[in-house]
Amino acid sequence: MTQTVSRPAGAQREALPLDVEAIRADFPILSRTVRDGKRLVYLDSGATSQKPRSVLDAERWFYENVNAAPHRGAHQLAEEATGAYETARATIAGFLGARTDEVVFTRNSTEAINLVAYALSNAATAKEDAFRRYAVGQGDEIVVTEMEHHANLVPWQQLCERTGATLRWLGLTDDGRLDLADLGTVVNERTKLVAVTQQSNILGTINPLGEIVARAHEVGALVLVDGAQSVPHQPVDVTVLGADFLVFSGHKMLGPTGVGVLWGRYEVLDALPPFLTGGSMIEVVRMEGSTFMPPPQRFEAGVPMTAQVIGLAAAVEYLQRLGMDAVQAHEEALTAYALEKLAEIPGVTVIGPPDTVSRGGAISFTVEGIHPHDVGQVLDDEGIAVRVGHHCAWPVVRRYGVPATTRATFYVHTGYDDVDALADGIRKAQQFFGVGQGEVS
Amino acid sequence: MQLQSMYQEIILDHYRNPHGRGLREPFEAEVHHVNPTCGDEVTLRVHLEGDTIADVSYEGMGCSISQASVSAMYDLVIGKTVPQALETGEHFMTLMSSKGDASVAEKLEDELEDAVAFAGVSKYPARIKCALMSWMALKDASARAWGAQQ
Repeated sequence: MTQTVSRPAGAQREALPLDVEAIRADFPILSRTVRDGKRLVYLDSGATSQKPRSVLDAERWFYENVNAAPHRGAHQLAEEATGAYETARATIAGFLGARTDEVVFTRNSTEAINLVAYALSNAATAKEDAFRRYAVGQGDEIVVTEMEHHANLVPWQQLCERTGATLRWLGLTDDGRLDLADLGTVVNERTKLVAVTQQSNILGTINPLGEIVARAHEVGALVLVDGAQSVPHQPVDVTVLGADFLVFSGHKMLGPTGVGVLWGRYEVLDALPPFLTGGSMIEVVRMEGSTFMPPPQRFEAGVPMTAQVIGLAAAVEYLQRLGMDAVQAHEEALTAYALEKLAEIPGVTVIGPPDTVSRGGAISFTVEGIHPHDVGQVLDDEGIAVRVGHHCAWPVVRRYGVPATTRATFYVHTGYDDVDALADGIRKAQQFFGVGQGEVS
Repeated sequence: MQLQSMYQEIILDHYRNPHGRGLREPFEAEVHHVNPTCGDEVTLRVHLEGDTIADVSYEGMGCSISQASVSAMYDLVIGKTVPQALETGEHFMTLMSSKGDASVAEKLEDELEDAVAFAGVSKYPARIKCALMSWMALKDASARAWGAQQ
């Protein structure tokens, strides 16, 4: 016997796991208005996130109380600055389930990926045998996917140009997922490294990394995971991930700009030559040549972004208080609601997985008859901040035959009212440009 | 609502019914310009008769501002000499850097005709490049066509 359950019309609102009003009060910028007094509806966390007061306070605390260059000098401030910097490293390592000496601070994800790409080409010309283990050269292959952000594509193209290696890639299916049909041939004995995003910044897709990591390790290739859009939004434990590298940016996870992380398995990091060289990363310097510190110091040349690292640790603590499981569940509920709301608007097409299965909260869409820039402009006029364009993933928009998309991304302070504002804004754009049958509620 | 100041009716008309769209022969120079931050593209050809611009033909994709701008530019430059067209382009640049100052638009009304409607765009720094793309393409193409002729 089948039972028919009547369902009220319209998108469903489950109770949200996070207390949106309480969280909003922690973000000073959310109390400002934009475009003639409108409430700021910030749906662009995928580009950069807003910062809670505790992160801002942490940076200010550092500058007002302990500012000094860490890992140099013997005065009290230098000791305290070094202590604060290394305590922050331990906090961030703990967040990832990683060893503290496996966490390298970089400027952002982009720099972390370049660090690895340059280390692999520097390995080919390294004097020390120990640094040549992962050298990339002619005949070798690097594998990426068609859904990578430019940051996880262009550095590998450049590595191939420098070394004569060949770039190969996994394509996409029509519903916005990785096409793994030829994983077994694209990733083969010649593959030196597979670089893949955990969560697409444009499609929202969460990739099946287990299968990719297993295949890569089967053929002895390294795996670099771009976590720029996953680490801020879902629990990520490097011991579960199984990859060799994970990169992410602080500014997308409530932290300051100018700080990112490269996590690497210690054994792999230890076999890599440096990327940037100079102070802090050396062991002994003579006019004839120098030797280098072990990781992570080997990869942190110069005075580091100390206040930002401390700010990032405060961001991590903020996220830990909310709980990453709750953050993920919160965004999943919002995503389900938003996908339903957008499906109700004629002419709106979502580019990416149509449901919440293995999907994060980046929702890219097109509105028939209106260019994404113009959609974004009308939304902006309503106080709604979204991203428009190719989202630094030009091959993806090309793959789906659209010039660009409008993208909404969610975070801990996003509520159903923000999604409602987005849907109303899209209808307003349709009305303004005289397309569709949009009605403003 | 400030939207109307940018999306003047004249702009929306050019967007919906673009003037001179399509790639035509003959031409002395063809250029392809891209706005790398947003992916807007235009392919533009220039045909000169002597030093006069006899035709500007184009294909492109992009937002209403970029598409309307190339259409309004087409109306403005056909029949002008290359130096005259480039001077008009300079006026358009001036308009785009006016930050919404109405007196600038007023002074340029005769030179810019329909294109003066883009004055509202100058208040939105992120959109100025949309309006300028076609003018950059014209400058490039006419310099090449001019050079090829000399």
